[in-house]
Amino acid sequence: MGKENGAGFSWLLKMAWRDGKASYGKLLLFVFSITLGVAAVVSVHSFSGLLKENIASQSKALLGADYVIESDKPINSKVKGIIDSLGGADAREINFLSMAAFPGNGQTKFVEVRGVDGGFPFYGEIETEPSSAVEGYKKGLALVDATTMIQFNLNVGDSIKLGAITLPIAGALKTVPGSTSVFGAIAPPVLVPYQYIDSTGLVQTGSRIDYKYYFQADDSEDMAVLSEKVEPILDAEDADLDTHLSEARRMGRRYENFGKFLNLVGFIALLLGCVGIASGMRIYVQMKLRSIAVLKCLGASKRQSYLIFFVQIACMGIVGGLLGTGLSYFLQQLFPILLGDLLPVDVAIGLSFQSVLLGLSLGLAMSTLFALYPLMKTLYVSPLQALRVVDETKSRSKMATTAVGLGIILFIFCFSYWLLGDLVRSLSFVGGLLAVFLILTAVAQFFIAMLKKYFPNSWGFIARQSLKNLFRPQNQTLVLVLSIGIGTFLISTLYFTKDMLLEKAAIEDSANSANMILMDIQSQQVEAVSTTIENSGLSIIDKIPIVTMRVENLNGEQVEAIRKDTTSQVSRWILNHEFRVTYRDRLIESERLIEGNWIGKVNSDTEIPISVSNDFAERAKVTIGDPVSFNVQGRIMDTRVQSIREVDWSRLQPNFSVVFPTGILENAPQFGVMTTRTKDDSGSAKLQQQLVREFPNISILDLKRILSLLEDILGKIGWVINFMAFFSIFVGVAVLMGAIYSSKHQRVKQGALLRTLGAKGIQILKMIAIEYAVLGFLGAFMGVLLAVLGSTLLAFMLFDTTFTLSWVPFVIILPAITFLVFALGVGNSLGIVRNSPLSVLKKEKE
Amino acid sequence: MSKILKVQQLSKTYRSGDHDLKVLNNVSFEVDKGESFAIVGPSGSGKTTLLGLCAGLDTTNEGEIWLCGQNLFDLDEDGRAQLRNQNVGFVFQDFQLLPTLTALENVIVPLELRGIKNASAQGMELLAKVGLQNRVGHYPSQLSGGEQQRVALARAFANKPSILFADEPTGNLDDDTGTKIEELLFEINNEQGTALVIVTHDLELAQKTDKSIRLRSGKIEETVG
Repeated sequence: MGKENGAGFSWLLKMAWRDGKASYGKLLLFVFSITLGVAAVVSVHSFSGLLKENIASQSKALLGADYVIESDKPINSKVKGIIDSLGGADAREINFLSMAAFPGNGQTKFVEVRGVDGGFPFYGEIETEPSSAVEGYKKGLALVDATTMIQFNLNVGDSIKLGAITLPIAGALKTVPGSTSVFGAIAPPVLVPYQYIDSTGLVQTGSRIDYKYYFQADDSEDMAVLSEKVEPILDAEDADLDTHLSEARRMGRRYENFGKFLNLVGFIALLLGCVGIASGMRIYVQMKLRSIAVLKCLGASKRQSYLIFFVQIACMGIVGGLLGTGLSYFLQQLFPILLGDLLPVDVAIGLSFQSVLLGLSLGLAMSTLFALYPLMKTLYVSPLQALRVVDETKSRSKMATTAVGLGIILFIFCFSYWLLGDLVRSLSFVGGLLAVFLILTAVAQFFIAMLKKYFPNSWGFIARQSLKNLFRPQNQTLVLVLSIGIGTFLISTLYFTKDMLLEKAAIEDSANSANMILMDIQSQQVEAVSTTIENSGLSIIDKIPIVTMRVENLNGEQVEAIRKDTTSQVSRWILNHEFRVTYRDRLIESERLIEGNWIGKVNSDTEIPISVSNDFAERAKVTIGDPVSFNVQGRIMDTRVQSIREVDWSRLQPNFSVVFPTGILENAPQFGVMTTRTKDDSGSAKLQQQLVREFPNISILDLKRILSLLEDILGKIGWVINFMAFFSIFVGVAVLMGAIYSSKHQRVKQGALLRTLGAKGIQILKMIAIEYAVLGFLGAFMGVLLAVLGSTLLAFMLFDTTFTLSWVPFVIILPAITFLVFALGVGNSLGIVRNSPLSVLKKEKE
Repeated sequence: MSKILKVQQLSKTYRSGDHDLKVLNNVSFEVDKGESFAIVGPSGSGKTTLLGLCAGLDTTNEGEIWLCGQNLFDLDEDGRAQLRNQNVGFVFQDFQLLPTLTALENVIVPLELRGIKNASAQGMELLAKVGLQNRVGHYPSQLSGGEQQRVALARAFANKPSILFADEPTGNLDDDTGTKIEELLFEINNEQGTALVIVTHDLELAQKTDKSIRLRSGKIEETVG
C-alpha cells in the first residue's frame, strides 16, 4: 500500500462494516433505490430474453409445422414442382377474411376463415372446448373462436354461415397454430375443413386469399439450407417459404422493440436511483467529515479513508443488485398478467445466471460510479478538522471530476447501446437524457438564483424561512427537482404518447368520416349494395374502385431481371406484391403531394401519369418521370411517375400506394370498397346482418369496433409501460425519502433551535410543508413541461402527426406528485415537532 | 535528553477576506522525550493552530518542525499520517470518538492501522486501565462525557506513542471528572514515558507540566521551565 501503515484490505472491510452497521438506516435507503432500479432493468431484460427463448423453443408449435410455402395467389406449376420435389405438402390451407353470419341469432362477424386439411397441426395442438370438438371438426364441422362464441352466445350445435354454406359448430376454438390473439381480436379464426372452401363461393376476384402448404421435415433437415435453396425460386414465383425458425425470429422481433423500450424505461429508473445515491452520498460524506479527519489524525491515509466508504458503497451496490435481481423474479410474474393474451406463448418465468450477473454488475457499477464524485471529497478532508472547523479551500481536481463525469456518460452510453444495439438510438437516448438532466438542473439553479435575487422580503416569517431553506447550505433542491422532474417527465410522456396514438386513431371516428368499410364488392354488386345502404337511411361517403396489378417493369428493367440482380436495391415487396390500385381525380385527406404534380384525368393510355406513395418510391427506387409498367391481369400498362404523395397509413381508411388518374382503368376487372357512417351500434349490426345475408362475399370492417380493440391493446401495453413508469416514480420516492432522510438532521436542528427561540410546532410544520410543496410543484411542473416538449418532438419525428395537448398530466399527475412530495416531506418531519427541543437536540448530537 | 519535538521560527498566515492574518509569528520551542509541556494563552492566540502544525495536521512554509527526528514539512500528507500512527497520540476537547464505532473499536483503530494482530486484547487491557472494562461494546452516544474522554485516552495511548497531543482535554468536562482525567493522563504519561503536549486555558493544569509557553497574538509571551 505504498507509503501506508500496516492495515490491509481486511481492515478496510472491517471498518466499512463497523461504520455501515451503525449507519444502516441511511444506507438501507440507498440499497432500496438500487434494488428497485436493478429490479426494473433485470425484470424487463430477463423477461424479454425468456420470451424470445420460449418463442424459439415453441416455434414449431407456433407454426404447426416445420415449414410452410405460401402465396397470395393459386400456385403455378413451378411452385407445384418445388412442392412435389420436397415430397409433397403434408397439409394445405386456404385462408381469407370474410363475414360470418350466425343464423341462430342473426348476428354477423368479420372473421378469418381457415380451411385446412391433412394432419395439420403437426406440432402444437388445436385446443377446443369441449376437447372432443376437434373430432367433430375432422368430421366436417366448424370450430369458432372461443371469445366469439361467448360474445355471440353461441353453443355447440349452432350454425355458422360462411358465404354460400352453413356448417354446424363443433365447439369453441381456444388456440390453433398460426393464429395470433392480437390479429384474432380483429378477425377471430374460424376453422373449417378444406373441402368446404370452394362451396363457400367466397374465393373470388379481389379477395385476399392466402394459400399455404405445410411440411413436416426430418430432424436432420437443415432449415437454413432449405431456405437458401428454395427461397429464391419461390420468390420469383411470388411465393414464400417460412420455416419455424424464421417465423420465430419474426415474432421475436415484434416483441423485441417493445422490450427494448421497456428496458430503457427500467434503465431510467436505475439512473434515477443512482442520482439518489449520488445525492445521498454527498450528505452522507458531509456527515462523516469529522470521522474522516479523526481517522487521518490516527494515521489513516487518504486512500484508506476513501476506500472505507467506497467499499461500503460497493457492498451496497452488490446487495442492492442481488436484492433487485431477486425482486425481478417476482416482477416478471406480473408481465404475463399485465400483457394477457398479447403474448404469443406461455412464458416459463425463471432467473438465468446471466440475469443474476447483470443485476450484480449493474448494482455494483452504477452505485460505485455515481458515488465516485461525492466520495472524492473524503480525499480532501484535512485532519485539522478534528481540532476545529476548517474552511475547506481545496477543491476536487478538475481532471478527476471530468473523468468521473465522462465515465458516467460513457457507461450509460455503452449500456444503452448494449440494450438497443443501435448507435444512433443509443446516442439519442443519452443525448435526450442529458438534455433532460441539464434542463432540470438549469431550471433548479435558475430558480434558486431568482429566489435569492428577488427574495420576497416583505413576506411573513414562515414563508420567508421556508423559501430560504431552498438555498441553505447542503440543500436538496437540485436533487429533489431532478428526481421528481424525471419521474414526472417519464409518466407524463408515456401518457401523452398513448393519448396521442389513440387520438390519432379516434379522430377518424368523428364528424362525417366513415366508421364502416365494405370490402370485396364485385362490380356487378355495387349498385345493389348502394341501394341497401341508402335504404337503411345511410349515405355512402365514398365508393372506391380497386384494380389488382403487379409491377412488371421498373425503369426499363424487367422485374425478373431485377430479381436476379443481386446488387439491386429494389425491395422484394415491390417485385412480388399484388398491388390494390385505385383511380380517382383528386387527393384525399390522408394524402399530401410532396413531389411532382397531380394529374387526375387522362384520355390516352400511353405513358399514364400515376401517383405513388413516398414509401413506394423509396422501395422501388423511382422518382418523378421514371417509367413503371404494371401487369393488370394479363395486360401490360406503361406508366410514369407523375407525383409522389405522403400517405398517413395510420388512418383507419383505405389508402393506396399507387393511384391512377381517371379515364384508364374504368373498364378493367375490378371490385370495390364503399364507406359509410352508421349512427349507432344497433344500426351498424342491423346493416351488417342485412349485407351479409344479401352479399355473403362482402367483408365489413366496423371501425368503431377496431378502435375499441386498438384501445384495448394500447391499454394493455400502456399498463406495462405505466407499471414501469410508476416503478421509476417509486424509485423517485425512494430517492426522495433518502434525500429527505439525509437532510433531516439539518431540519431537525434548525427546527429545534427555532422552537427553543419560541417558534410553535405548527409554524415549523408550515415551513416544512411550504418547502416541500414548492419543491414538489417545481419538479413535477418541469417534468410535465419537458414531457410536452418531448411528446411534441415524438409526434413530429416519430408519429408524423401534430401533438394534441392533453390536460390530464396537468390536472392529475402534477397535483398528485406535488402532494406525494409534500406528504412524504411533512410525514418525515413530524418527529421534529412531536418531541421536546432538548430531546431533539440531544438526539441530534448523538 | 534528546528532543522529541523541535519547533523553529514557525509562522502561519491565513488569508482572511482580502488581507493576511498572521496567527503564529516566529514561534520556537523544544520538547524532550517523556517531558510534559503546556501551551497556554487566551482564545485566538494561536494555541490550536500551533498544536495542529506540531502534530502534522496542517502545514506552513515558514519555519520548521521536527517530530520524532523527521522534518514534518518534508513529508506529504500520507507520510505525516504514517508518522502520527507510529508516534503520536491525540486527545481532543470534544473527545472525537468515531460515533459509529464502539468503545473498544475506537481504541483499537490505531493498533489495527499498524497491522497489529491481537488488537482487541490490547484494546480490552487499555479500556480496563481507564476503568471501562464493562463499557467495551457501548457506542460513544451511550457513554457520559467523562467516559468518552477516558476512551479517547485509551485510544491515544494504544499505539504507545512517543508524544501525545492534548487539546483542552478537560475543557468539556465538569471539575471532578476533569481532575480524574488529568490524573489518568499524567499517570499513563509517566508509565509509558510519553511526551505530553497540552493546549489549555487551565493554568492549574499548565502548572502540573514540566514546561510551558504562553502565547498571545501568535507570539510566545512567556516561557516557563
